[in-house]
Order: sequence, then structure tokens, then C-alpha cells
Amino acid sequence: MSAVDISNLGKVFNPGAPNQVDALVGVDLSIASGEFVSLIGPSGCGKSTLLRLIANLLEPTAGSISVNGKTPKQARLDQDYGMAFQQSGLFEWRTVAKNIELPLELKGWDKNKRRERAMEMLELVKLADFAEHYPWQLSGGMQQRVAIARALAVHPPLLLMDEPFGALDEMTREHMQGELLSICRRTGTTVVFVTHSIPEAVYLSNRVVVMSPRPGRITKIVDVNIEGERTDATRDNAAFFGGITAVREALRGVEMSDHVRGIEDR
Amino acid sequence: MTSRLLAFLRNIVPPVVFGVGFLAAWELVVKGFDLKPYFLAPPSKIWEMFTTNFDLVWGATKVSGTNALVGLLVGTAFGVVMSLVLSRYKVLNELVTPLAVALNAIPIFVLVAVLNNMFSITSEVPRRLMVTLVVYFIVLVNVARGLTQVSPTHVELMRSYAASEFSILRKVRVPNAVPYLFTSLKIAAPASVITAFVSEYFGGSQNGLGSRIASNIANSKNAVAWAYVLGACLLGLVFYTVSSLLEGVATPGGGTKRVRRRVRST
Amino acid sequence: MKRLRRVALFLGSLLLVALAWELYKLVGPETGGKVFGWNLLPRSNDQAMPHVWEMLSRYADPEMRGSDRQIWRVVLAGAWFSFRLAFVGFFVGTLLGMSLAVLMARFKVAERGILPYLVVSQTVPLIALAPLVVSWGGKIEVFGWSWPRWLSASVLGAFLAFFPVAVGALRGLQSPSAASVELMNSYAASWTQTLFKLRLPASVPFLVPALKLAASASVIGVVVAEISTGLKGGIGRLIIEYAREATSDPAKVFTAVFGAALLGLAMSGFVTLADTFMMRNRPKEATA
Repeated sequence: MSAVDISNLGKVFNPGAPNQVDALVGVDLSIASGEFVSLIGPSGCGKSTLLRLIANLLEPTAGSISVNGKTPKQARLDQDYGMAFQQSGLFEWRTVAKNIELPLELKGWDKNKRRERAMEMLELVKLADFAEHYPWQLSGGMQQRVAIARALAVHPPLLLMDEPFGALDEMTREHMQGELLSICRRTGTTVVFVTHSIPEAVYLSNRVVVMSPRPGRITKIVDVNIEGERTDATRDNAAFFGGITAVREALRGVEMSDHVRGIEDR
Repeated sequence: MTSRLLAFLRNIVPPVVFGVGFLAAWELVVKGFDLKPYFLAPPSKIWEMFTTNFDLVWGATKVSGTNALVGLLVGTAFGVVMSLVLSRYKVLNELVTPLAVALNAIPIFVLVAVLNNMFSITSEVPRRLMVTLVVYFIVLVNVARGLTQVSPTHVELMRSYAASEFSILRKVRVPNAVPYLFTSLKIAAPASVITAFVSEYFGGSQNGLGSRIASNIANSKNAVAWAYVLGACLLGLVFYTVSSLLEGVATPGGGTKRVRRRVRST
Repeated sequence: MKRLRRVALFLGSLLLVALAWELYKLVGPETGGKVFGWNLLPRSNDQAMPHVWEMLSRYADPEMRGSDRQIWRVVLAGAWFSFRLAFVGFFVGTLLGMSLAVLMARFKVAERGILPYLVVSQTVPLIALAPLVVSWGGKIEVFGWSWPRWLSASVLGAFLAFFPVAVGALRGLQSPSAASVELMNSYAASWTQTLFKLRLPASVPFLVPALKLAASASVIGVVVAEISTGLKGGIGRLIIEYAREATSDPAKVFTAVFGAALLGLAMSGFVTLADTFMMRNRPKEATA
């Protein structure tokens, strides 16, 4: 059973009104369990919209999605996924540990079990010493790690991430990419990852889904053929550069006449 | 175009409906429960009193309004001058600011009791002095902040041009302070009306709105008192609207929304 | 060290004010004067403007001829009486303000309908209603319980405190970022859960300035109500009473005026303590 099954998905904002936007049209995508898939494309291609449709934060206007064999709504109610955003979104009035406990509180977990699980997640992201700190006492990268720990707190099979490393500097970003991969390897989580950065998409993913705007659709799905585990050495690997080139070409082919905005080439 | 009209209607209709509904309910409650006139008068009676006694109300409004206006103008003038002095001599700034903070917390209008003794019994000067004092501190604190909290980059730039302190004052500090001045006026204007009112409760000349309201209540003429209250509200609204418009004209692009307010809320 | 410096400077500024007062007494016209033909200058004789030390020493003397109650006791008792009234008003006004804010946050229609009036009411002299509210005292009887006169003072205080709290609390409740709200949606949290776990804690930095306004508003409301009624026991009444004796005992009214200042400072101090407690775990750079 695939983790996420998307069939002929469409999303139109303000249908019939003069400011109608065809955010997504005819999207078909199947994501296998344990896969890491990136969504990349210029501004307005619908990648964030697609993520939110999977998360049941938006309703589709056409087509269907199934998450973990259920409707997105059921998956949300069952907490089958965790979500991370570009702004870490940690609550500044809660300690790091209490931030991670938030989804567990909402599910009515017992106090001791919450504490246990929070500490377990902090171990996973290597921030156990910071349990009683407040988010503003942590660096940007550390805050994102806490956000990831929170997203994984309920041990969901699926992780949805919307440019979580976008606000970090380059060095921290590369470091976080490595951390994320190692965590996902250990937990076997399926990941759908939205990004603006081609190297980031290629480094992290099994497949890169290239999208284009007006209307939002999938142009091409690039298979990333890097052998073995990804490490720092992978960034000097020929297959890595091959993947980058393939994705870049797919993006260039998006709209030859249109100016492609919002893509990082570094 | 229609969406803008819809948005406008959506913002106008609820408050109008609420306002009308409130007045209607008021009228019904008074009539329905047959409330005694010394307790609560119905809106219809108030309006009747307002129109029949309009001359009296207008006369009283002029007295209170003049007190408020004189105090507002003089207080602003002194406040601006003093803030210029404060911005030049930092020590004075440090002396005055804690005093201003403390004064903000206390009901300084009680000083009118003292001021009344220092002038003749029919003089309006104690009230005007009181308003001046209140306005002075509001304007002083805000404009001083505008003069001192300039972007360090701008000051550095001017220093690199070997500009004199006076030049920096003219070209950087004063333009920076102008929005603060107008925002403080928006606060000082209603405060001046309120202070003018409250000052009238301490005895002295009985020609203003505050005294009229009190004496009419004492004579159980509630509807008439409410008519004066209506006059008072209109006076306050006019002061606020004018100062708002001034702000809009003098600071295109909006005043300082983040000007911290030293203010009396009544 | 910094705090000590601030206190020293504050006392210094008070000293300057006292000096300015005495200086005017020295050079100002005894029977008042004119500036540009207007009677602007106050009288500087000892009757209209007692010396600063006279004001301070007055505290030790008895309140009235024949009474052996020292005036500082009377003033302090008056200030304490008014403080309690203001506190009740502040508390009730804050509670009601926050409740309305929650209602407006829940129902957009309520916000659109009510908020404009809340904002406008802060520019209008609500204090004009003081005599009205006060007149209800002694006239309402419900099931044999008659409206105690002091309640009018607290009601006025609550009324004035209500508006800034409602506006500030609403702003705070609406302050969380879209991402934070989406996060709570992704947890399938109910509106109430989102209220308690996200919106209320997020509104605290916005409540801080609103509560300061509410504190000073409730003090103003109570003092004005006391002055309108002559409510026995409060500092407002003392001010009016002593002001009447100004010809024979000029320093007396100042004792009460300083008492009122103390009242305001006490209320503000209380709110500052509450604020510090509420913001204890927050980054020092507060918003709003």
C-alpha cells in the first residue's frame, strides 16, 4: 500500500470569481512507504498547496487523495502525519520539552507518557540537554530540530515539510539535511518535502517532483540514482551532479518563454 | 469592483446593525419595564432633550471645548519645545522620563483641587492648566522618543559628513519625530477633552459640560443630563477625528503604528 | 545598580519640582498676576501655595482641631479604601473585557459589529457618564438587596477599564501566525483547545500594556465617582473636603493629593508585578 495516493487532483481558488486561481490541475502521484519525495518548482506552481491538500488543511475541488489508505481528513484526525514549516512555529511561552508535548496533550496523553515520549524525541534530534530551555534561547537550526522532533512526536508514518530549512544559513542547512536523513532512516518515515533549492531536493530525495505554474501541475518526476547512504561525500558525487542537472533541465523546460522565478541554482 | 463593494458592506453593516439594535433594545427595555426616568432615559427622550436644549448644550460644549483646546495647544507647544531641550541634554531626559512614567500612573487631575485655590473662583484657568499639564507630558514623552530613537545608521551617516549636532537635529531627528508628534496628538486630543471634563467636578466655574451633567443628575433631570453627555461624546469625537485627519495629512503612508503610548484611556 | 540610579533620578526630579515650586513662591506675585492681560499667574502667598515643608509636616499633625487622629493615618486609610474599590473595578473590567475579546475572536460578525464602538469609546469622555452611574447608587433595590454606594465607584472603574482590555486582548488573541494556527489545525484541535493552548498564551504580551491602561482607568473611575458622590471613606472625598478648608489650612489638601498619587502608584505597581509574572519566561524583547 502506498503511503500517499493522489489521483487527478485539482484545486481552484475563488471559482467563478474574477480572481480565480487554478492552483492545481490533474495531479497524479503515488508515494511509497519510506520514500523521500521533494516537490520543487517556481513560485505559484502549487507545491505548498499540494502539501496542504495532503494535510487536509485545504479541500480539493477535483480528484482524490488517500493518505495511509484513509481520507486526508481521517488521517488528520488520527494524527497520521506530522508537519513542519519554515518558521519553526514553536510556542515561545513553552519550554522545548513542552513544545514537543503539545500534540500529545491534544490527544489526551497521560503526563508521564508525554514526558517520556518528549525526551525520546529530544534524544533523536540530539537536543536532550535543552529540554528545559525556551525556544528563544536556541539557535535557528536547533529550533528547527525541535520542530522536527515535535512533528515526529506521535510517531507518524508520514512527515510533511514546507521549506523547513529556508530560513537557515547554508552551513546549518547542509548539516540539518544530513540530520533529517539520518532521523528518517532510523524511523522509516515517509517524507514529502517542499523546497526552492535544487541541491537540497536532490540530496534528500529518492524522487524529485518538478512542478510548473499556471495552472499548477507536475511536469516531470526525476529519479535520483545515488547509490548507498547519503553522506557529505555524496555532495561531490557525480550522480549527485547528474541529478541536479536533470532537475534543472526539467525546470528550464517548464516554461521556455516565461521567466522562471524563485529557484536556487547553487 | 463588486468584491470591493461587498467587502465595504461587510465592514459597515454589522456595526450599523449592532448600533441600531442596541438603541432599539434600550428604548424597548425602558418602555417595556417602565423604568423610572431618574434611572434610565430612553434614546427618544434623550434626542428630544438634545434638540430642544441645543443652545444650552452648545454653550456648555463651547466652554469645555475651549478649555480642552487651549490646554491642547499650549501643552503641545511646551511639550515640543521641552522635548527638543531633552534631546539635546541627555541628563535632563533621564530626569524627566521616570517622572513622566510615574505621572502616567496617577490621577493627576486631582491637582485641580489645588489649582482652584491658586486662582479666582470664576476662572477657567485651573482647568486649562490641568489640560496643559496632561497634554504636555503625553507630547513630551512621545516626541522625545521620536527625536532620540533614530536609526543609528542615519546618525552614523551624518557624522561621516562631519555634520553638526544642529544639522543632525534638523535633518534626521526632527523628520523622524514628526509622525510621533501626530500620533501623540491623537492620544492627547481625547485626553484633553476628558481632563477638561473631570476638572469640572472639583468646583469652580459651573459653565462646562461636566458641571451641567452633574447638576442635572442631582436635580433628577436624567434625560437632559444624557443630552449633555451626547454633546460631550460629540466633542470628544470631533477632537479625535480632527487629530486623526491631521495625522493622515502630515504623515502620508501612515503614522507610527508602533509608537508606544503614554496615555490615559478614558 | 541601574535600578538604584533610576530611583535616585526619580527622587532628583521630585526635588527639582519642589525647588521650582519654592522658586515661584519666592519670585511670583503674591496676589496673582497677569500675563498679556490674562490672569495667568497663580497667587504665591502662603495661603494659596504653602511651602513644601509645610505640606510634608502637615502629615504628622492631627486631622482636625480637637481630633487626635494624625492626618497621615486618615489619608492612608482613604487611599486604601479607594485602592480596594479600584482593584475590584480593575478585576471585573479585565474579566469582562477578556470575555468580550474571546467572543469577538470566535465570531467574526461580533468583531465587525462591536470593535468599532470599542475603539471609538476610548476617544470619547466616558467619564461624562460618571454622575449617572453614581446616581444609581441608593436607588436600585433587587430582592431586598440595595445597591451599596461604593459599588458605583467600582462599576465606573470597571467600565473604564473594560475598553482597553477588550481591544488589547482581541489584538492578542488574533496575533498568532497563520502557521501556528495551521499547526493546531493539523492536530485536529478544537477551537477551544486552540484558544487555551495557543491564542491565550500568545495574547499575554498584548495584555501587558492594556492592563496598565486598565489600572490607571480604574483609579480614575473610582476617584471621579468618589468626587461626584462624596463617597465616605475614599480619597476623593478627602480631597474635596480638605480643598474646602484651603483658606484656613492650605497644606491640608496637599496631603490628600499625595495620597491619591500613592493610590495610583500602588495600583500601577501591582499591575507591573502581575506583568512581570506573566512575562517571566518570555524573551525580553516583547512585541506590541
